[in-house]
Amino acid sequence: MTASVKSTQDTQWHPLDRRSLGVTAVLVGGALIGAGIPILIGMTRDDKPVGIVLAFGVPGVVLAVALAVLGDYLRWKKFSYRITGDRVESRTGILHRKHLSVHRDRIRSVDVTANPIYRAFGVAKVKIGTGQHGESDDGQVTLDPISRERADELRATLLDRTPTTATPTAVPTSDDAIATLDWKWIRYAPLSVWPVLLGAAAIGVVFKVADWFGAQDTVLHRAWEFIRDLPLWQAILLLVVVVLGVGLICTLGLYVEMWSNYRLEREPGPTLRLQRGFLTKRSVSLEERRLRGIEVVEPLGARFVGAARLEAVATGLAKKAEDEKVASRMLLPEAPLEVAHAVAADVLREQVAPTETVRLIAHPAAARGRRLRWALAGVAAVVVVLVVLGLTVTPVLLHIAWISAIVLTPPAVLAARDAYRNLGHGLSGDYAVTRHGVLARRTVALRRNGIIGWTVRQTPFQRRAGLITLAATTAAVKGAYEFLDMDAHEGVAFADDALPDVLSQFLEPVD
Amino acid sequence: MGIDLRGDAGVVALIHAVRVTTATIGGDAVRLRPPRNRVDPRAVRWWTAQELLSFVPIVLVLAVLAMLIPGARQWLWLSAGVITVLGLASTLILPRWRYRVHRWEVTDDAVYSRTGWLWQEWRIAPMSRIQTVDSARGPLQRSFGLASITVTTASAKGAIVIDGLDHELAADLVQQLTEVTQATPGDAT
Repeated sequence: MTASVKSTQDTQWHPLDRRSLGVTAVLVGGALIGAGIPILIGMTRDDKPVGIVLAFGVPGVVLAVALAVLGDYLRWKKFSYRITGDRVESRTGILHRKHLSVHRDRIRSVDVTANPIYRAFGVAKVKIGTGQHGESDDGQVTLDPISRERADELRATLLDRTPTTATPTAVPTSDDAIATLDWKWIRYAPLSVWPVLLGAAAIGVVFKVADWFGAQDTVLHRAWEFIRDLPLWQAILLLVVVVLGVGLICTLGLYVEMWSNYRLEREPGPTLRLQRGFLTKRSVSLEERRLRGIEVVEPLGARFVGAARLEAVATGLAKKAEDEKVASRMLLPEAPLEVAHAVAADVLREQVAPTETVRLIAHPAAARGRRLRWALAGVAAVVVVLVVLGLTVTPVLLHIAWISAIVLTPPAVLAARDAYRNLGHGLSGDYAVTRHGVLARRTVALRRNGIIGWTVRQTPFQRRAGLITLAATTAAVKGAYEFLDMDAHEGVAFADDALPDVLSQFLEPVD
Repeated sequence: MGIDLRGDAGVVALIHAVRVTTATIGGDAVRLRPPRNRVDPRAVRWWTAQELLSFVPIVLVLAVLAMLIPGARQWLWLSAGVITVLGLASTLILPRWRYRVHRWEVTDDAVYSRTGWLWQEWRIAPMSRIQTVDSARGPLQRSFGLASITVTTASAKGAIVIDGLDHELAADLVQQLTEVTQATPGDAT
């Protein structure tokens, strides 16, 4: 511990890891070869001699790789960083020199990512985030790449606020993990839109590849021949089964890639550290001081079977995780509700999760009326469009119009009623809790001392119905968390309860 | 539809009813009072100028085109006419309406504003959470002797903007707020 702290306090400028050049060569070479093969096949199909194609292609690839490596060499040569007792600094830029300096007190998160190529070379990409409001890329120092060991060392020391003179905190053992992956949770993965989306995407990829080999027509033809002889319902069933089957496999594969080796634990600092990933390994370290609360998210499918995932409400987490489909604030994948609540309590250092103990107060019936009207208006809009088209283009659409009115209305009404039922708010200990949403029901527990202001909004319709939408502003990534369609009087009283001495001076009794 | 973790919806509704009733009977039913100060009356003229600037150029362009393109003349005149009517209506109504809604107040511990016209918004930022205070004067505001101040907190969504203040008052406010917030320890997150 002492040694590592010392080594992060030197004042020397360090270069990035030299293996960056190898990573670039493999990356660019691999991409070019990958793109080149279909072209090669396409050209040879046009009866061009393979030899000539290769004679131009291979030197081209070599040249491109050489240029890319040269470019990366310049970047490597010009980049240096150092970590002193109180600052992290980087100098970069070939023509336009840029000096970035971040105070160590301001560091809020350290992300370590290593895709398979990085891992083969034993390096990792490190992002040091300051969590400052309005943070662009300028607010964070990115070390891309440094050696795996160095990355681990930085991760462990940069967020450690324990005074260096104090005795080193015990290294957490495996028992200290807040949560690790239970492979049974993978059953929640297909209960989402992913199988459909990925299935459709996979079929698209098949056609694209077939196109490269000039076989698209053949594939289509074969598929058509096969389907043509089946009765319509069988054909549709077959299509659905194939798309969903492929989608299911892709979804499970994606889940394995994302959540293998999942582990949420505490490290000295105190810091929350999340690790996950099968091929690409990720580690997200988040300073606990940055935590402003927690979100229990129940996507529709998962909600039916009593599962939820957890997301952190924290400052300094990437707004848009650039190379990830899943936001980096995810703390726990879909898991049984009691697991989610237990992990939430542990993360917040509470006996029980506020999202579990809170007694949510329902919102006024006028909120249900609004939701029903929105739902019916949505159906009406579809029907009107179909009727107009039916009158002007083809009468068939008129039948589709009344059919869709009948088919769409019940689910729309059900969704509206569910949306209303899901509205709720309440106080639980140090937390203000809000809940809303249908496709993903979100229950947010916000630390009351993390609320840094209030916004009250009222549309003309809300004014007539005596409703308001209250928003608690926070320094966390989302900026504001909303309490939709509260009773106007009860809403401001609630805000006053949640954060005493702020609102009271602006309140007046209702006569 | 769905599983209701709160248990019986009827019970929840009852809790709500009881709470609202006690709030009313207990005499502690409250609402936000309007902030104390109106913006400067010159703001009406400034907003009027803004409204005019938002549609007059479009109408002029349409009119010029109408004179140049005989084929589409009647359509161009028609759209110019419609835009003029709508623009004039909003020029006459909106600035006065806004003036009635827009209000602000700075107390010892918070900044409070109300903005909007049909859609209204109240914003409250505790003094201890304020990070920066700026004033801004566009060329148009300057010609009316006005300025806006923007009070930001650590939230991406919590900024309070007060438009249409007398520019000297705005400068004083910025000065005053900056002094208070600098005296506050911590990073206001």
